[in-house]
Amino acid sequence: METTTADGQKYNFEIVKWFTVVTVIYLVVGTSVGVYIASELAWPALNLDIPYITFGRLRPLHTNAVIFAFGGCVLMGTAFYTVQRTCGVRLWSDKLAWFTFWGWNLIIVLAVITLPLGFTQGKEYAELEWPIDILIAIVWLAFTFNFIMTIANRKSTHIYVSNWFYLGMMVMITYLHVVNSLAIPVGMFKSYSIFASVQDAMIQWWWGHNAVGFYLTAGFLGIMYYFVPKQADRPIFSYRLSVLHFWALMFGYVWLGAHHLQYTALPDWTGSLGAAISLAMIIPSWGGAVNGMMTLSGAWDKLRTDYVLRFLIMSLAFYAMSTFEGPVMSLKVVNALSHYTDWTVGHVHSGALGWVGMVAAGAIYHLLTRLWNTEIYSTKLVNLHFWMATIGIVIYIVAMWISGIMQGLMWRDYDEFGTLTYTFAESVAAMRPYYAMRAVGGFIYALGAVVMLFNVVMTIRQASAEPRLSTAPAQA
Amino acid sequence: MAEKIHSTKFQDKMERNIWALLLTLMIILSVGGIVEIVPLYYLDDTMEHNARPEILWSPKPGQNLADWRTGDGIRPYTGLELAGRDVYVREGCYLCHSQMIRPFRDEKERYGHYSLASESIYDHPFQWGSKRTGPDLARVGGKYSDDWHIKHLVAPRSVVPESVMPNYPWLEDNLLDGATVTAHMQGMKTLGVPYSEQDIDAAAATVEGKTEMDAMVAYLQVLGTMARLDQTVVYRE
Repeated sequence: METTTADGQKYNFEIVKWFTVVTVIYLVVGTSVGVYIASELAWPALNLDIPYITFGRLRPLHTNAVIFAFGGCVLMGTAFYTVQRTCGVRLWSDKLAWFTFWGWNLIIVLAVITLPLGFTQGKEYAELEWPIDILIAIVWLAFTFNFIMTIANRKSTHIYVSNWFYLGMMVMITYLHVVNSLAIPVGMFKSYSIFASVQDAMIQWWWGHNAVGFYLTAGFLGIMYYFVPKQADRPIFSYRLSVLHFWALMFGYVWLGAHHLQYTALPDWTGSLGAAISLAMIIPSWGGAVNGMMTLSGAWDKLRTDYVLRFLIMSLAFYAMSTFEGPVMSLKVVNALSHYTDWTVGHVHSGALGWVGMVAAGAIYHLLTRLWNTEIYSTKLVNLHFWMATIGIVIYIVAMWISGIMQGLMWRDYDEFGTLTYTFAESVAAMRPYYAMRAVGGFIYALGAVVMLFNVVMTIRQASAEPRLSTAPAQA
Repeated sequence: MAEKIHSTKFQDKMERNIWALLLTLMIILSVGGIVEIVPLYYLDDTMEHNARPEILWSPKPGQNLADWRTGDGIRPYTGLELAGRDVYVREGCYLCHSQMIRPFRDEKERYGHYSLASESIYDHPFQWGSKRTGPDLARVGGKYSDDWHIKHLVAPRSVVPESVMPNYPWLEDNLLDGATVTAHMQGMKTLGVPYSEQDIDAAAATVEGKTEMDAMVAYLQVLGTMARLDQTVVYRE
C-alpha cells in the first residue's frame, strides 16, 4: 500500500522537522512547569506570593503546555508525516501547513502569556479565553482540511489505519472545542460560558474526557499504527482487530465523560450509562494495545537492541494499564473512594507520561533518523532517557496511588464513637511526603526529557556536519 | 489486486472513500454526546426546583437583590459576590476545591447537605471541581467569620498550619471597578440570569471602594446559604 520511494523532495518533510523540534522543546517546558507546581504542593513557600506563579494559575499552563503544545505539535507533525508516507503524495497545501504550524505556535505563546495573568474561562483543559479559542478553531480546521485533502489526492487505493484514527480525532476535537467553548464575551479577555449547572458539567466532562479519548488516545493510536510497524519492520499484527477496535473506540469513547460526575447532582442515569460504556471500553482499548504489542510477535529480541522500540512497546504497556485502571475507577463503588483524590491525578499521569509521552518519544527518535538521514547521536542516551522516564513514572504513580487511596479512606473514616476520625487538615498533612515523592518522580521524568532534547540537538548538528553525499539508511 | 475486498464491503468503502469515512465518523461521533447532553435540557427531574419551586428565590413585584434574606432561596449573585466569583475563577481555586457535596454520610457530616443541581443554576461556568486538595466549599458560607477568611486568604498557614494553599495577599490591594462589575452582570443577564435593571444599576455603587478581598469573602460567605434545605425532604432520588 505504501510508496517507499521517498527522496525528501517529493514530500514536505520540512514542516515535520519543525514540528518535531518544537515538540521536544515543549515536552521540556511542560514537564518542568509540572515539576514546579508539584513542588508547590509539597513546599507551598514556592508560590513566593507572586500571583503569576501560584499553583492555581500555573496548573492550567502545565496542562495546556503538555496537552496542546507538546501533544498538539507531535500529533500535527506525525500526522503530516504519516499522511504523506501512507498516501504517497505531498501535502495538499504547503501554505496551509505552515499556517497551521505558525498559528498553533502563536496560540501556545498566547497561552503562556494569558494563563499566568489569570485570563481563564474556568473550565478544566479549556481555560484559554475566547479570542484564543477562535484562533484554535481556525488553525485546527486548517490542519484538518489539509489532512483530508491530502488523503483525497492519494496514490494508494486504501486509506491506511493511522489516518482513520487521526481523522476521528480531528472531527471529534472540532465538535468538543466548539461546543464546550461557547461563551459570551464580557471583556477582551473575559467571557462566561453559555452553560450552567448540570448541563455545563456534562458538556465540560464530555469535552474533558474526550480530550483524553480523542486527542491523547485516538490521535496517538494513529502514531502507534504507523511507527510501531515501521520501527519493528514488520506488518501490524491484525488488520481485522484494527478495524473492530477502531469503530468500537470511535463510537464508545464519546460516552465516557459522565463517569467524571458519579454521585454529583448529575442525574443517576447519565453517570451509570457513562460507567457502563467505560467498562465496555476495556475491550477496544486492549484491542489496540494487543495489536501494537503483538506486532513484535516473533521478533521480541529486537527489544534488547532497539531502544526506540522499547519506548513504543513500554508505551503500550502503560496504555493497557491505564485503560484498565480507568474503567475500574469509573465503577460507582470505586469512584466513591477515588473521586476528588490524587488517585485520579496518578491515573492521568500513567496515561500521559506512560502512554502519550513514551509513544511520542519513540516516534520522534524514529523521525530523527528518517528526516535528517542520519543515525541518532547517542543510542546510550536514548536508553538513559527510557529508564529515566520509566522510573520517573513509576515513582509518580505509586506516590499518587498511596496518597489517593489514603485520602479517600481518611475522609470517610469513623472512630468507635461514630464521629469522623480525621479533620480535613490532617489528611492534607498526611499527603505531604507523597507530594514530595511525586515531585521527585516528575523531576526524573523531566530530566529525561532534557536528555532527549540534548540528543535531538546533537543529532541534528551531526546531520548538518555530515557530507551531503551520505545516503539514507536502507529501510526508509 | 486493488479490486479484491479484504474485509467487509462497508469497511472497503470506508477505506477507499475519504468523504464516506468522514461523513460516517461525523455521525457516529455525535451520538454519545447527544444522548447524554440533550435530555438534561428537557427531563424535569434534572433540576430539583421543578418539583420543589420553593428552593429558588422568586422576588415579589418591585423586589430586588437587596430585599433578599439568607435562606429565601437560590438567587443570582450580587455585584460584589460576582466580582468575588470572578477572582475565584481567575486564581484557579476550582483546581483544588470542589463545590459539589456527594450524598454520603461522611460528606454530610464534614460539609453539610448534598449539593443540588439547582444550586448552581446561575453558575456560568459551573465550579463543581474535580479535586479536593483542599476541602469542599459548596457550603462554606457562614462557617467562619469574615476576619478568619481574610487572615486565611492572606496567609493560610497562620490559621491552618497543615495547609498547602498559596498566600493571596494581593487581593487586599486590588480595588474593584464598578464598570467592569456592571458589564459582567449584563453579560450574565444575556445568558438568562434574572437580574433586574435596578440590580444592575445599583451594583457599581455597592462595589465602590471595595477590594478583591471583600468580594472574595462575600462570595465565600454566600456559598451554600441561599436555600434553606430540609433534611427530611428527598430532593433527588
